[in-house]
Amino acid sequence: MAALLTLVLLAAVIAVVGWPLFSRRRASAPESADRAELQSAREAKYREIRDAELDYRMGKLSREDFEAVDASLRAEALVILDGLEALDAGSPAADAQKPAD
Amino acid sequence: MPELGRACLLLALGVCAYGIGASLYGVRRGRPEFALSGRHSVYALAGILTVAFAVLELAFLRSDFSFNTVADTSSTTTPTFYKAAAVWSSQEGSLLLWAWLLSLWSSLVLFLTRRRLREESAYATAILLGFAGFFVSLMIFYATPFATTNPAPADGVGLDPLLRHPSMMIHPPMLYSGYTLCIIPLAFGMGALIARKVDAEWIRATRHFALAAWLFLGVGIMLGARWSYSELGWGGYWGWDAVENASLMPWLTGTAFLHSLMIQEKRGMLKVWNVSLVLATGTLAIMGTFLVRSGILSSIHAFGGATLGVPFVVLIGVLIATSIYLVYTRRDMLASEHRLDSLLSRESIFLANNVVLVGLCFVIFWGTYFPLISEALTGHSASVGPPWFDRYTVPLALILVLLSGIGPVIAWRRATLANARRNFLVPLACALVVLVVLLASGISTGKPLAIAMFCCAAFVLGSVGQEYWRGTRLRRASSGEAPPLASLALVRRNRRRYGGYIVHIGIAVLFVGVAASSSFQHASELSLSPGQSTKVGAYTVRYVRPTGTITSKQDAAHTGATMSLGAVLDVSTGSHPARHVATLTPSEGFYDSGEPSQGSVGHLIGGQAVSHVSMDGGVTRDVWSAIAPDISTPRLLRVMNIANKTIPLVRPDEGMIALAVLVREYLKAPPPAQLHLIVSPLVLWIWIGGLIVLGGALIAAWPAPSAVRQRVRVGVRSADDRLDRPPASPERGLARV
Repeated sequence: MAALLTLVLLAAVIAVVGWPLFSRRRASAPESADRAELQSAREAKYREIRDAELDYRMGKLSREDFEAVDASLRAEALVILDGLEALDAGSPAADAQKPAD
Repeated sequence: MPELGRACLLLALGVCAYGIGASLYGVRRGRPEFALSGRHSVYALAGILTVAFAVLELAFLRSDFSFNTVADTSSTTTPTFYKAAAVWSSQEGSLLLWAWLLSLWSSLVLFLTRRRLREESAYATAILLGFAGFFVSLMIFYATPFATTNPAPADGVGLDPLLRHPSMMIHPPMLYSGYTLCIIPLAFGMGALIARKVDAEWIRATRHFALAAWLFLGVGIMLGARWSYSELGWGGYWGWDAVENASLMPWLTGTAFLHSLMIQEKRGMLKVWNVSLVLATGTLAIMGTFLVRSGILSSIHAFGGATLGVPFVVLIGVLIATSIYLVYTRRDMLASEHRLDSLLSRESIFLANNVVLVGLCFVIFWGTYFPLISEALTGHSASVGPPWFDRYTVPLALILVLLSGIGPVIAWRRATLANARRNFLVPLACALVVLVVLLASGISTGKPLAIAMFCCAAFVLGSVGQEYWRGTRLRRASSGEAPPLASLALVRRNRRRYGGYIVHIGIAVLFVGVAASSSFQHASELSLSPGQSTKVGAYTVRYVRPTGTITSKQDAAHTGATMSLGAVLDVSTGSHPARHVATLTPSEGFYDSGEPSQGSVGHLIGGQAVSHVSMDGGVTRDVWSAIAPDISTPRLLRVMNIANKTIPLVRPDEGMIALAVLVREYLKAPPPAQLHLIVSPLVLWIWIGGLIVLGGALIAAWPAPSAVRQRVRVGVRSADDRLDRPPASPERGLARV
């Protein structure tokens, strides 16, 4: 019984581990990895913009400081969006436009 | 099915070896299908170890004593509830739990990052499989959970009575989850260093795992503290035991990382610091595991007599050397992208918080490991006790609590003095009010550190309360919602920020409980006979009558004690007239030792005697009691001697009758019993603080609703033309609060 179960387990392991080597569906294309990273960076930047605005509206930032911080964050967000748009357009420039974060 | 278990371990080791090779080959040779196959090895490993764990768990539940582990840590009289948990009470079973949990968390992180971090995750896969392979090797070569004995013994030794406590069902899995989750950011941090991709992406991908590690470790630590308080007969929740400290250290560096990662995410700063914290946290998690398993400690939390020290020392050495090498050789690319804009900014406060947390960790590290190193070098055992730890940790804890109140009211990047002054007004007023009330009441005379902690906690509550108040007001102004709805919506839309603030409140509340219970505690240890009473703080405790129960299956505390002896204590306050406060029933459980040399009846109660604490908990104070009954009086010994001589070993039923006689004699003329009584204020707030921290962390970890992200997205997309000019009006915000 134990030997049979071991054989079944072994077959299952070989199937799971070997599937990527024999399947026609290969690993995710590099582009989708870049897109996921840029999307993640974009969400993080949006959060920063919201945080800065909340800080200003709660009286923790002066108007001048907020304007400077906000403008800088939006510029960084646009670089990320440009990168994503470049990917959408199939441009190889996407990597070059990835923000340093 | 021990053969299946052993086959699983061999298969698991093979899968680890293959997965490491496939991942490295895939990433180095640009063959993604091999890297993917490596990742699938982790999924397969999780499946294999799930089968192995199920085999062992079934053996425990079926009381299959042919498994050595089952015979050593379970018995037919162990309650089923505890049989299930006995798996991780042994060295072998806990190693399997460790490896199994690591494989599950590794599978989860690799599945979630399957479309990101191509190179980093391939290296991380190899590292995670390396750790899993290490633990599987230990189970194959040093401590196998599937070793068997033929013929199987009729019964097992039983679970250590001290571990028969509900929180012990969850405490080890929580701690192990925390430890194994600490390995995830370490693997990805190392992967990022090897791949030379040290931007914030690996941090973003593993942030939730770092938070989960922190959360699980925190829950494990709190459950351990609760167990210590309510099960061990010394009345404390934290004793600076080496194993307790081992779990606290990665929690502290993890806390530092959770703060400083925000600086790298937002500013591209502190890269060296962050990656070092992640590597240190993972290494400390392994060192904590080493302390418990190496056999160098004799703690209730440790597996004494273990022989895994050398493999762990080698692993830790390799880990430290590799970490230093990677950080040193990648130091150029780890340079900060920005500098601090202002000393008056949240970044600065986070830096200070990091310094204090790492300082705390260093103090605890020194106090924990110095005695071990000293003993290894000089052969003389040395130890540092709670007073040594308190001397350094209390001032650092005070600063930490204060900083957790300052952080929320300071803005990122830059804050002006005028704004800071305005924002500090309410928190300072709260601290001042508490100070005046405490000084006026006179209860805090001679307790300056406790006063300081109460004031710091009030500062935190004022600071965070002000944040909620202002945020809710803004939310109401923009949405017109009622205050409770506006408050909930505020948290829902800013989960990371307000979840973090809730954690700060929890920490402040927890430290209030710690400061009050340790500074204003009244304790008494004395011998009392029935009818006698004593004063403990403002309470009078009277020993009303003794109690005794006999059962071969279950005692009153459902822990499987053969015999329990205890007392009924009446707690009252005041004298004209006395007001009844509570009735306490502490007892001590006596367990079967399974050692025939103690006699046919003697062995039934010859095992470890375990105190069953009884307490009356409340919002303002706990009245805690434990008892150590004396069963060594000449009269009781005579009953025992006669029973041992007349009753054969093969008649445990007659032995139980003899024990019933013993209990009757004890109740008829009870000897004085040793009582330990403690009145501690605000202990309940330690557990409430822990629950608040848990709630805050869960809120912070929960993903933001997609509607919030969408709203910001629209705003930024429509703002392209603003790049060349300042915002028209900040009041026309992109997102509602």
